[in-house]
Amino acid sequence: MDLHFGDSKPTDDERAAVDALFGPPQSSWEGADRSDADLRWARGGREARDRRDLLLPGLHAINDRIGWISEGALDYLCRRLTVPPAEAYGVATFYAMFSVEPRPATVLHVCTDLACAAAGASGLCAGIESRLGVGSGVSVERSPCLGLCERAPAALAVKAGNPVRTAVSAPASVEAAVLAASAPDSAPEERPAAGAVPQAGDPSLILLNRVGVVDPSSLDDYRAHGGYTALRRAFALGPSGIIREVTDSGLLGRGGAAFPTGRKWQATASQPDHPHYLVCNADESEPGTFKDRVLMEGDPYALVEAMTVAAYAVGAHKGYLYLRGEYPRALHRMQYAVDCARARGLLGDDILGQGYAFDIEIRRGAGAYICGEETALFNSIEGYRGEPRSKPPFPVEKGLFGKPTVENNVETLVNVLPILTMGAPAYAAIGTPRSTGPKLFCVSGTVEHPGVYELPFGATLGELLALAGVRENLRAVLLGGAAGGFVRPDDLDVPLTFEGTREAGTTLGSGVVMAFDDTVPMPRLLLRIAEFFRDESCGQCVPCRVGTVRQEEALHRIVERTGADAADDIALLREVGRAMRDASICGLGQTAWNAVESAIDRLGAYE
Amino acid sequence: MTAIALGVPRRLVEFTIDGQEARVPEGSTILDACRAAGKDVPTLCQGDTLTPKNACRVCVVEVEGSRTLVPACSRRAEPGMEVRTDTERARHSRKIVLELLASSVDLSTTPMVAGWIKEYDAKPDRFGPAAARLNEEPKIDNDLYVRDYDKCILCYKCVDACGDQWQNTFAISVSGRGFDARIAVEHDAPLTDSACVYCGNCIEVCPTGALSFKSEYDRRVAGNWDESVQTQTTTVCAYCGVGCNLTLHVQDNEIVKVTSPHDNPVTHGNLCIKGRFGYQHVQNRG
Ligand code: SF4
Ligand code: SF4
Ligand code: SF4
Ligand code: FES
Ligand code: FES
Repeated sequence: MDLHFGDSKPTDDERAAVDALFGPPQSSWEGADRSDADLRWARGGREARDRRDLLLPGLHAINDRIGWISEGALDYLCRRLTVPPAEAYGVATFYAMFSVEPRPATVLHVCTDLACAAAGASGLCAGIESRLGVGSGVSVERSPCLGLCERAPAALAVKAGNPVRTAVSAPASVEAAVLAASAPDSAPEERPAAGAVPQAGDPSLILLNRVGVVDPSSLDDYRAHGGYTALRRAFALGPSGIIREVTDSGLLGRGGAAFPTGRKWQATASQPDHPHYLVCNADESEPGTFKDRVLMEGDPYALVEAMTVAAYAVGAHKGYLYLRGEYPRALHRMQYAVDCARARGLLGDDILGQGYAFDIEIRRGAGAYICGEETALFNSIEGYRGEPRSKPPFPVEKGLFGKPTVENNVETLVNVLPILTMGAPAYAAIGTPRSTGPKLFCVSGTVEHPGVYELPFGATLGELLALAGVRENLRAVLLGGAAGGFVRPDDLDVPLTFEGTREAGTTLGSGVVMAFDDTVPMPRLLLRIAEFFRDESCGQCVPCRVGTVRQEEALHRIVERTGADAADDIALLREVGRAMRDASICGLGQTAWNAVESAIDRLGAYE
Repeated sequence: MTAIALGVPRRLVEFTIDGQEARVPEGSTILDACRAAGKDVPTLCQGDTLTPKNACRVCVVEVEGSRTLVPACSRRAEPGMEVRTDTERARHSRKIVLELLASSVDLSTTPMVAGWIKEYDAKPDRFGPAAARLNEEPKIDNDLYVRDYDKCILCYKCVDACGDQWQNTFAISVSGRGFDARIAVEHDAPLTDSACVYCGNCIEVCPTGALSFKSEYDRRVAGNWDESVQTQTTTVCAYCGVGCNLTLHVQDNEIVKVTSPHDNPVTHGNLCIKGRFGYQHVQNRG
């Protein structure tokens, strides 16, 4: 490799931010001043290159301290890691939370996505922008869903510095959001996680039973409420015993694809190639989804325990928790939980004295919906652009770092705990024969009590909405998020199971249920969905990269039109949508048109 | 590529293409098999010496049992596969891909594409006059080659050729994302400020003419680039002892560009700055 660095130098601050992560450089080969010894041999090279996966943490370190990433800072980081600057630039410009242009130290992300749009985000944005004009030291950025939909409209302030400061304002008013941005330290404390769980404290809850009941920082409290009994049972069963239980439980992945978890684990466990990796996908970026955040904020040790069980089952000694960059509180709670568990021998070389070694590293995303796609997530961890890989080969065979990898999302993993404590038959008795167990639903939009609800699979949409306090004049319900589909107010008897929603011609997706009453302008909403996919497309393949743009243009044209006037463009939308579904590399392009199509077909959006 | 194994014998994979039996060595792609069977599948981002990124999606075919279409250029043939290359579904996707591309970039110097646009009845104009295009000025920042990203289909071939697949210089990469993704050096600087060593290997693989010799670019601007009167002569580079093959493209008794045969087992089409660009002394006629 033939690295070339320009002559831009990092500032002291930038250098300190990078050195805080890697320690001071050892030789001029990785960025220190030149010494005589450096002329005689080269150091850095391979050793540094093997740490390529620290590129994203490095970019975060600079962006956190300075607020943006300058040429000098990027070059210095590249020297430290032996990464070509052109590639690092490609990575830095991939993520929405990074900037390679100078900007103010404080960025206020104001959500303009579906639930927030329905709650008046555009007025909020306008208000904030008029208060925080140029020169205010705050850059106001319109953001896709921040995962705070139950408190829409939402804003997240990030103030660069050492340390970086964050503050959430939700539900946000102009005053509250401006305060959060200008003085994040004195902004009012965020509402506890349990506030997002209207059923909190109900003893029949299985997945949410500790949220709001235990102190999320206390490992002892977690243990006092049944924590770590599943891991003990896991050690008693042994890896194949765990996989048998999980298979018998019928657990299907909760991230949207509904793949049998036991089969995935079995396939990974039996791979001869080593090491094996475990990845927990906590990059919950589907608009309307916030359940993983609530679990991580309200019951963080449960995820640590569940990851340990999963790793033991598939023979992994290293696990990555890939946590979306927009979740500062979940990040802190998870980091604290991981550190405590390690200090108490529940992670590390010899877990519970069983001779099993496992540790968790937390990786922070930086604003890219596509990184929730499993192979894009691997690329992101490895320090490459978060572009999906083509499959086959599948992750169970060649995943993270080219090794057999099992990837599950937070909700899926947390289900493993009750499977082990109550036993597979009892777990499988919950729900329906083909969709077993409890399910979390993220209800938002125009309802009285938005939040995360836990119901056994099989409850109907109407029952769920009744719990959440559906309002009159319901116009449409979006199931499964932006990649899902709309249903009508007379579809309320659809059973909320994987098979039930499929039979009804829609999808459960990741468990999003967003209600919209007739005050919400449908064409604007559909436009927002199209805009979302255009923004989030990684750009790798033509059907998605250009198709999402052409679809958004067509929707713009018909925003105020209906009937025959819209027919041409609707035909165009269908043709492009069909090719996107058939020929795109990954699920983003394949599903980008689903919601709009369902709105046209089921809601008659432009009739 | 030939579908006849030349190296260590490999097992044969049996499957069907459009109902006909096909047998190819293990590891061959569906595209290899199609070409061996004389079937025409259009390709844009595929290249004979690079691992395809399968990004353009113009080569998609139907495979029985697969939910989506699959890219022929990169999917390996598997025993028992039933492949259909010319169904309505595959043709529809190809047509849309061609329309999407032609509506957003300038394909005027991309070989073959005009024929496919006709064959698939693609109508790039139907997205309307306001359809977003790249609309970028060519980047002319050195005397050797021009980057005209208005013609770029983002096939990633130049990035792979400059990076770990050929040159190992890593001067360029994809930056940004979505419709805003572009090939760029770091900080979008001029090429002259980058790690580029002007080997021209990226030009060698670019399928669209987005990267071209300055000599070709100037002639095109002046309106005197005419491939039909050019001759091609393959010879051996005289600069060093490696012995790379050079193909000299000559028009009006002047070398107008230099390429290199991809089937050369030593270089696979790679050259260095001298072989690629150092021909001016030949035509200094005093
Ligand atoms: S479908 Fe979209 S997101 Fe997925 S690889 Fe293609 S361009 Fe990227
Ligand atoms: S000329 Fe060579 S070094 Fe320069 S960008 Fe192209 S492939 Fe890379
Ligand atoms: S410049 Fe050429 S080789 Fe590079 S991505 Fe664009 S079309 Fe492909
Ligand atoms: S936080 Fe705004 S839509 Fe989810
Ligand atoms: S040639 Fe196969 S995807 Fe481009």
